[in-house]
Amino acid sequence: MALRSVLSRKGLGLGFAQLRGLQTFSLPDLPYAYGALEPAISGEIMQLHHQKHHQAYITNYNKALEQLQDAVAKGDSAAVVKLQSAIKFNGGGHINHSIFWKNLTPVHEGGGEPPKGSLGWAIDTHFGSLETLVQKINSEAAALQGSGWVWLGLDKELKKLVVETTANQDPLVTKGPNLVPLLGIDVWEHAYYLQYKNVRPDYLKNIWKVINWHYANEVYEKESE
Amino acid sequence: MALRIVSRKAQGLGFRHVRGLQSFSLPDLPYDYGALEPVISAEIMQLHHQKHHQTYISNYNKALEQLHHALSKADSPTIVGLQSAIKFNGGGHINHSIFWKNLAPISEGGGEPPKASLGWAIDNQFGSLEALIQKVNAEGAALQGSGWVWLALDKEQQKLSVETTANQDPLVTKGSAWVPLFGIDVWEHAYYLQYKNVKADYLKNIWKVINWKYASEVYEKESPCLERQ
Repeated sequence: MALRSVLSRKGLGLGFAQLRGLQTFSLPDLPYAYGALEPAISGEIMQLHHQKHHQAYITNYNKALEQLQDAVAKGDSAAVVKLQSAIKFNGGGHINHSIFWKNLTPVHEGGGEPPKGSLGWAIDTHFGSLETLVQKINSEAAALQGSGWVWLGLDKELKKLVVETTANQDPLVTKGPNLVPLLGIDVWEHAYYLQYKNVRPDYLKNIWKVINWHYANEVYEKESE
Repeated sequence: MALRIVSRKAQGLGFRHVRGLQSFSLPDLPYDYGALEPVISAEIMQLHHQKHHQTYISNYNKALEQLHHALSKADSPTIVGLQSAIKFNGGGHINHSIFWKNLAPISEGGGEPPKASLGWAIDNQFGSLEALIQKVNAEGAALQGSGWVWLALDKEQQKLSVETTANQDPLVTKGSAWVPLFGIDVWEHAYYLQYKNVKADYLKNIWKVINWKYASEVYEKESPCLERQ
């Protein structure tokens, strides 16, 4: 079988290449400089988070997918099933962080500007006000035991907004197949510790200054058609 | 009912009684915050002890007080609803209380390999201390999210095992016969300020300050029927 040349494509912001039918993923660029979210999130954290943590998830995801391809080709069900944990964890890490970089934006590019349009209206309808939603997200995030994420999601079927948490690197879809992430906040300690130490609530208080509501509104409008 | 206050230290978990409700307090570290350097920085030790461990204790006490009220009112939804906070915060208190004793400055024997019965048991079961260390490090590195990696003694079967627990689950949640000989905290707060994302380096270095003497004491206490073949 001739070696098909490597095709480079960006799909859904998850850059990947195809090699003999096996997709490999690569680190998406941040839409802003590492220091652009200061003082809300330090440049040191952004660089480690992107170049080390997210990259490691991608590297391990690619490795697991390659092993999966081999196992499937050999009909080795034990290996196929055993690989699911690594795929969920690392694939989830890639999915979640790819969304996260788009959920943030520098203040001078609209970071922190409250949502307008249909998402702003939906938030007021479902939660009473943006402040109430922010408080709810912060309290869920502060109470999260261990590592995980807190999400503002859209239930496409029920057509309503929800606040959900997921453990470790579980993507939002693991909480319900109809849930679409509008924005996620990483509450793993690596997301804030170098700057905020143990004081997760301060990280949560400050991150709203760089939340990209414009992107969340775009996703909401697209998924609400 | 008269107010009773009794101060006692039991099993290193300092607590006192008020009207039948126990409240816990932060145990002292057996060494200075900087005594484990350069393996674990003083900054980490201080935050870890004074902030993280203290918070588990504060929240554990609060949950126990709420449980006390809920029990007196036979309020089952609240009783059951509190179990998550009790497990997480009580587990955090248990685990960290053990952890401080699992570490010792090099000047006080930290890192000195286990001798006597525990050393022999390790060689017997794992082949060598190096093999055990590799296994613990591999499990610690592979742990997804937050948790602990343990060298455990199964009291019933009288055998050693390497186990992991998630979040602040104590070892006993893996099986009632398990006794922790030592645990290594692999939550990011345990190493991030010093080692950043490189958990493997933290795991490589922590062995220099592991208190094998304490682990041996626990092992010998929990293994009354030791005999060498």
